[in-house]
Amino acid sequence: MADIIRKATREGYGRGLKELGAEFDNVVVLDADLAGSTKTGVFKKAFPDRHFNCGIAEANMMCVAAGLATTGLVAFASSFAMFAAERAFEQVRNSIGYPRLNVKICASHGGMSVGEDGASHQCCEDIALMRSIPGMTILSPADEVEARKAVRAAYLQPGPVYMRLGRLAVPVFHSEDYEFVIGKGEILQDGAQVAIIATGLMVYEAMKAGEALREQGVDAMVINMPTIKPLDEELVLHAAKKSGKIVTCEEHSTIGGLGEAVCSTLSERYPTRVRRIGVPDQFGHSAPAWEVLADFGLCAENIVKVCKEFIAE
Amino acid sequence: MTPQEKRQLEIMACKVRMGILTGTYSAKCGHPGGSLSAADIFTYLYFRELNVDPAAPKDPARDRFVLSKGHTAPGLYAALANRGFFPVEDLTTLRKDGSYLQGHPNMDSVPGVDMSTGSLGQGVSCACGMALGLKHQGIPARVYTLLGDGEIQEGQVWEACMFAAHYKLDNLVIMVDNNGLQIDGWIQDVMSPYPIGEKLAAFGLAVQEIDGHDFDQIEAALNTARATKGKPSAIVLKTVKGKGVSYMEDVADWHGKAPNEAEYRQGMEELEAALRELEAQ
Ligand SMILES: Cc1ncc(C[n+]2csc(CCOP(=O)(O)OP(=O)(O)O)c2C)c(N)n1
Ligand SMILES: [Mg+2]
Repeated sequence: MADIIRKATREGYGRGLKELGAEFDNVVVLDADLAGSTKTGVFKKAFPDRHFNCGIAEANMMCVAAGLATTGLVAFASSFAMFAAERAFEQVRNSIGYPRLNVKICASHGGMSVGEDGASHQCCEDIALMRSIPGMTILSPADEVEARKAVRAAYLQPGPVYMRLGRLAVPVFHSEDYEFVIGKGEILQDGAQVAIIATGLMVYEAMKAGEALREQGVDAMVINMPTIKPLDEELVLHAAKKSGKIVTCEEHSTIGGLGEAVCSTLSERYPTRVRRIGVPDQFGHSAPAWEVLADFGLCAENIVKVCKEFIAE
Repeated sequence: MTPQEKRQLEIMACKVRMGILTGTYSAKCGHPGGSLSAADIFTYLYFRELNVDPAAPKDPARDRFVLSKGHTAPGLYAALANRGFFPVEDLTTLRKDGSYLQGHPNMDSVPGVDMSTGSLGQGVSCACGMALGLKHQGIPARVYTLLGDGEIQEGQVWEACMFAAHYKLDNLVIMVDNNGLQIDGWIQDVMSPYPIGEKLAAFGLAVQEIDGHDFDQIEAALNTARATKGKPSAIVLKTVKGKGVSYMEDVADWHGKAPNEAEYRQGMEELEAALRELEAQ
């Protein structure tokens, strides 16, 4: 395992933006005093006249992005998830969502893995908020390659897109020829006793859990779900029919995220028992990222434990 | 303030700066630059201005301080610890699993912290609410809040200023740490908020602009603020980001980065030398 390459999905965003900027000149980028952290700085270096720093003023930035979109430009607006999705929520809802404008909101530092900054910055509600906006596409790539491909897919799909990116370097498991399609999930390991559906940083943890389970004689399906909305319902149904037991994994509140999206689909179309691994109804705390994640059971070990208990029931 | 008292403050400010370095070095992350630029105002507030008692941190009659630029918690914690709200040794637990010293101020876990902050632009509005609530109930306590000069790019800050002037919150002092830097560079290059003093005055605040590292000027400004009736006060503190640690001064990169071991040692040596010099005076 020594040759695993680790990169943060936000790095894929920066690279993807730069590639996109070279290909299309109507790409413009906005940031709110976090160009270094969100990696829009990479685009800025290549195309300084198409990068606009808005200062620490996220609400204004979202409406500026909306205005830019009305002139035919495609604005990628970035900040931390806490400030892009949450502070500016109503601006996103009314000035981007409602008029269905072609704005791509790319939010880094999603989830618990901001670590030491603590609860004020640990954003575990962004997916819930964005899911509630009609017409909003929500992407949550799992590695650097997927993030880079998702940037291009977001550009090519008209209308509002919210993309969640992570701060932490995580293993890159997709190869360069991976084809990313909005609305499609991916079976990483087949199995019939339980299906693990994960998104973002939890996908690699789910892969590790799937392997550990196999070694222990448990036959688990592992699914990467990089689009939260629209959800790949057919894949969810396939997994439910095959395994009869679903475990969802996300670095997000168990309220309103991937887990609840899966539950909604299943309860209406094919009632199936589901266990949701995520952040329970509570705030986080400061600690190094992997420690916070472990504190909330957001790790392969806990996925294995939950799956085994679930199967034993 | 006698020269003796002034020297005592300068000595304490040195200790606060050491606490900032120790906390961020232990955590291997955090925000030293803006903590150091504000170390003198933290020191003055907690050692000369605020009517607070470490034995009764929730006393309803106490003065309040809201650190609107919450990322500079290492500075606030260092001042609170030295003032006796909790042990100075605990500064080494900053940002670690299980510590009450959260990365950004948490009023539920840290004794002496009056408001949970970290999302820029919000603390100043909370301070307005505190000032209004105290006034409304006839409690003569005062409220102080400190903002970053990048933070004032948030529109909410100006909503708060309008509110403070409208309700004549003369028990409120809004301070801006004008260290000139934010994360992406100099504030006038990222998104200029200048002229800061004129803007605050136009919003109806009684504005003073001072050297934020000069205790005589700080004292005079806060005394003037206390004597000002019928409108809220604003003080723009001209400061140096990273003040007191030579390699951090005026360098944007030290906004949110911890010193490594060699850097920590050098910084502590500089501060210890400054402390020895003050104590010898
Ligand atoms: C609403 C919000 N947006 C962005 C951030 C991320 N952030 C933390 S500190 C900072 C820069 C602050 O600069 P300034 O106010 O000048 O503070 P100082 O120089 O005193 O450290 C930013 C953008 C935040 N904490 N809150
Ligand atoms: Mg500043």
